Amino acid sequence: MIGVVSYLTFFLTMAGIMAIITLGLNLQWGYTGLFNGGVVAFFGAGAYGTMILGGPAEPGQFGGFGLPYLVALGGGVLLAAALAWVVGLLTLRLRHDYLAISTFGVAVALESLARNSQWLTGGARGMRGFPRPFEAVIESNFLFGVVFLLIVLAVLALVWWGIERLVHSPFGRALRAIREDETAARALGKSPTRLRLWSLVIGAAIMGAGGGLYVSYTAFVSPQDLLPILTFQVWAMLIVGGAGNNRGAVLGAVLIWGAWTLSGFALTRLVPDSMQLDAGSIQYILIGTLIVSMLLWRPEGLLPERISNPRNTTVAKAAHTSNKE
Amino acid sequence: MIQSLLDGILTGAIISLGAIGLTLIMHMLRFANFAYSELLAIGAYAALVFDRLFSTLVPVLDEAFAPLTLTGALALSMVIAMVLTGLSAVVIDWLVFRRIRQKADPLSMVFASFGVALIIRNVIVLIFGHHAQLYSQEIARATILSFDPLILIKPDQVFVLVLALVLMLALHLVLTRTTFGFALRAVAENPALAQVAGVRLTTVIAAVWIIAGSLSAAAGTLYALTNQLNPMIGPVFLLPVFAATIVGGIGSVYGAVLGGFIVGIASGLALLVLPSGYAPAMPFLIILAVLLVRPQGLFGEDQR
Repeated sequence: MIGVVSYLTFFLTMAGIMAIITLGLNLQWGYTGLFNGGVVAFFGAGAYGTMILGGPAEPGQFGGFGLPYLVALGGGVLLAAALAWVVGLLTLRLRHDYLAISTFGVAVALESLARNSQWLTGGARGMRGFPRPFEAVIESNFLFGVVFLLIVLAVLALVWWGIERLVHSPFGRALRAIREDETAARALGKSPTRLRLWSLVIGAAIMGAGGGLYVSYTAFVSPQDLLPILTFQVWAMLIVGGAGNNRGAVLGAVLIWGAWTLSGFALTRLVPDSMQLDAGSIQYILIGTLIVSMLLWRPEGLLPERISNPRNTTVAKAAHTSNKE
Repeated sequence: MIQSLLDGILTGAIISLGAIGLTLIMHMLRFANFAYSELLAIGAYAALVFDRLFSTLVPVLDEAFAPLTLTGALALSMVIAMVLTGLSAVVIDWLVFRRIRQKADPLSMVFASFGVALIIRNVIVLIFGHHAQLYSQEIARATILSFDPLILIKPDQVFVLVLALVLMLALHLVLTRTTFGFALRAVAENPALAQVAGVRLTTVIAAVWIIAGSLSAAAGTLYALTNQLNPMIGPVFLLPVFAATIVGGIGSVYGAVLGGFIVGIASGLALLVLPSGYAPAMPFLIILAVLLVRPQGLFGEDQR
C-alpha cells in the first residue's frame, strides 16, 4: 500500500513540476504568441544554476557553494531569466522564426556545454548530492516525498495565481493585443518588443523554477536531463490542454505525463527484450503523432482559451475575424 | 590549419546544399521548418536501400569508380533517392503543412514541424536501428598533398565538392534561364502579383519542395559517403543549415550557398581552439554573431 502511495506522490510531484513548466510556456505561447523551441534550456539553466549554487563541493570543480535552498533556487531562476533576456534582446525585434531557431540553438549549446565543461557542470556524469531541503527536520523518505509534493503544489498554485493576475492586468491585455494585431497595439502606444521580452523572461524564470525544483527533488542533474524531448513533451502538454488557458495547461501536463509514464510501462512489458532499445523511439513517434494530430484536428486543445471579460468578447471576436482575412 | 580549412570547405559544401532548399521554404512559406533536415536523412537512407538492392541484383554495378569508393549502384541510387525525397517532401507538405497553412498562423507550422521531425527520425530508427552504416566497406585511401604540414584529402571528398558545386550551378541556371525559374523568383518576390500574372502558387510550392528535397537528399548521401550514416544525421545538420540560412539572409539562394561555406569553415577552424565536444554549439554562436552585427544576413531582405 505504502508503495502505491509513494509512487503516486512521485508521479504527482513530477507531473506538478511539468505543469509549472507548461504554465511558463503558456505565458509565452498561449498569451503572447512567442515560439520557444528550447524549453529544456531554461529548465536546464534553472536546474544547473540551483545545483551549482546549492550543491556540495566537488574537487577541481567550480561551484558547490552550499548556499541555503531558497537562495540557490532563486539563483537558478535568475540564470534562466538572464538567458531568456539575452536571447530575447537579440531576436524579438526580428521576424518570429528567429526566436524559434535561437531558443532551439540555446538548448543545443547548453547541452554541449553541460557535456563538456567538466570544471563547471561535471561533464557527462553530471552533478549529484544536492542536499535535501529540510533534511534536519524530516528524516523519513516517505514523509519527505509528501512534503515535497506539497511544496510543488504550492509553487504551482503561486505560479498559477501570478499568471492569472498578470494576464488580467493591463499588461496581460496588452500582451494579447500584440498577439492578435501588432500594428493596432503599436498604434495605441504599446511597445511590442518590450512586452514580448518581459513575457519571454517571466516565462523562462518559471521554467527555471521547474528545473530548480526538479534538481532538489532528484538531488541529481546530468546532460541527460537536457535532451530536446522535454521541449516536445511540454509543448504537447500545452497544445493538448489548450494554449491560452491555465486550466488546460495543467490538465495537459497531468494527462501527457500520465500517458508518457503508462506508455513507458506498457512498452517495457509488451516489447520483447531484443527490441527494448526501440521502445523509446515508439514513445517519441507517439508524442510526435499526438502533436501533429492535435494541430490538424483540434488546434484549440481540450480546454480552449476563454476571453474572461464578457464586455470584451465582441471586440475580441471582431479582432479575430479581421485578422483571418 | 590548412587541413581544418579543407575539411571545413567540404562540410560547407554539404551544408550549402542543405540550406538552399530551407532558405526558399522559409521565404515562401514563412516558417522555420524544424523537420527540414530530416530530408537529408530520408535521402541518405533511401540511397542506402537502393544501393544494397542494386549491388545485389546487378553485380556489375558494384564496381567502384577508382579511385573513388563510389560505385555505379550508389550513383544510380543517389539519383533515385533525390527523386523520392523530393516527392516525400511534397507528400509531407500535403499531409501536414498545407492543411495547417490553410487554417492557422505560420507558428503552428513551426510547431507541427517539430512533431513531423520527431516522427520521421524515430521511424528511421525503428527501421534501420541506431548503429552507423556505411555505403561501402572499402577503405577510402587518402592522398597526401603535403607532408609538412600534413594535409590529407580523399578522392571521395574532391568528388563530393565538385558534385555539390555542379548541382548549385544547375540550380542557378534553372533559376536565371528558365520560365519556371522566373515564376519561382516572382512568387518569392511577391506572391499576389505573381498569381495575377498567371503563376500557379500550388505548383510553385510543390516545385520548391521537390528542389529542397532532392538537394537535401544529395547532401545527405554525400555526407554519408564521406563520413558514416546514422539516424542522428537530421538533428546534427539542423542547426548548421539554419545558421547558413540566417548568415546568407532568408530567401537568398546565393546567400545560403555562401552561408553554408562560412558555417562549415568557421566550425572547422573553431575546432582548432575548442575541444570537439563543443562542435554542436558552433552554429548557434554564428547565429548569435550574425543577429548582433547584421540581422538580415548577407543578402537577405525580410527580417520581420
